[in-house]
Amino acid sequence: MHALRLHACHDCDLLLREVALPPGGNARCPRCGAVLYRRRHNGLDRTLAYSMSAAVLFVIANAFPIVGLEAAGHASSTTLFGAVRTLWDEDMHSVAGLVFTTTILMPALEIAALLYLLLPLKLGRVPAGLAPVFRTVQAVRPWGMVEVFMLGTLVALTKLAALASVVPGVALWSFAVLMFLMAAAAASFDTQELWQWVEERR
Amino acid sequence: MTAITAARAGFMACHACGLVHRADAHAHGIVCARCGAALHLRKPNSVTRTWALLIAAYVLIIPANILPVMVSGSLFGSESDTIMSGVVFLWRDGSAPLAIILFFASIAVPFSKLFALTYLLLSVKKGSTLAPRRRTQLYRILEFVGRWSMIDIYVASLLTALVQFGGLMSIQAGPGAIAFGAVVVITMFAAESFDPRLIWDPIEERHG
Repeated sequence: MHALRLHACHDCDLLLREVALPPGGNARCPRCGAVLYRRRHNGLDRTLAYSMSAAVLFVIANAFPIVGLEAAGHASSTTLFGAVRTLWDEDMHSVAGLVFTTTILMPALEIAALLYLLLPLKLGRVPAGLAPVFRTVQAVRPWGMVEVFMLGTLVALTKLAALASVVPGVALWSFAVLMFLMAAAAASFDTQELWQWVEERR
Repeated sequence: MTAITAARAGFMACHACGLVHRADAHAHGIVCARCGAALHLRKPNSVTRTWALLIAAYVLIIPANILPVMVSGSLFGSESDTIMSGVVFLWRDGSAPLAIILFFASIAVPFSKLFALTYLLLSVKKGSTLAPRRRTQLYRILEFVGRWSMIDIYVASLLTALVQFGGLMSIQAGPGAIAFGAVVVITMFAAESFDPRLIWDPIEERHG
């Protein structure tokens, strides 16, 4: 079954023979135009590097306040988790859950799962539970919304600038960098290369 | 171009890792040999599931737009903001580019997503063979843009967390935020449950 080297388009089901791509190349479906697979130069090495940096920034982004506010002698600031807790305390449980899931839980799961897969493979071992962890990466990805959160923060700050003086926190910059790292990790994660690594190490 | 689909040739691809398997006509509950994901020729009950989620989203988008997403209280009384009035506020006092982004993310995207999915479902039901490539592109766009609607939820959350100056001034997330968050999540699930390969199946049959 593994020798087939066939590929079915995920959007229109067209059956195609898999072709070898040069690094940096994309294979597109001739019928519907979907990107089928891509080849990246040292794809997985990059994913590993991005994921490790993302893990560090994720911790910083969650440990420090995103933004501080000063108005009429009062000051306030909040971390991301602090915002979730305020919502929870105000009985907005579903909104609190949604924010927590999309900005903390899912990104954390994605980073952790990528590291769990790639670190051992890089060191020459196949991690236990490879298959379910791989599926977790695929399932979790659409629900991590760090980049959307960044834009939301920008809008919130613009609204606040009219009311009070706004002090951007360390976490704000960390989130901005985290956004690019997570996008880069996702873009360089070459699943074909992953299975190649796995086969070589079995 | 001689187009043959995997399903027609007796194959099916794993949705998670892409490995192509031989499809047995009566097999149920088989999983991918490589990554263990459940294998299906097409997403199970795709049309019914998408309709169900879509109808729920149509219902919820009404309170999402009528109820306040934010309630701000100050010494001078309280004020409620719906999604639309938040956009208007940003346009007048803040920055126009952000207001335009917010308008697209919170109003244009959710509504056009509902209409686009309805159109796709109807076209699949009719067995339409019209512009399948265009319809697939439409599907890819709505799959991609849905997440950006979350902006308003994050804005309301941050303002709620930050603006807590007792009686002087405070902001609370309003019930509209619950409905709006539900719309975003439900339409994301709806887009995910729709199977774009259904767009292409009638074309296949006509040529075969």
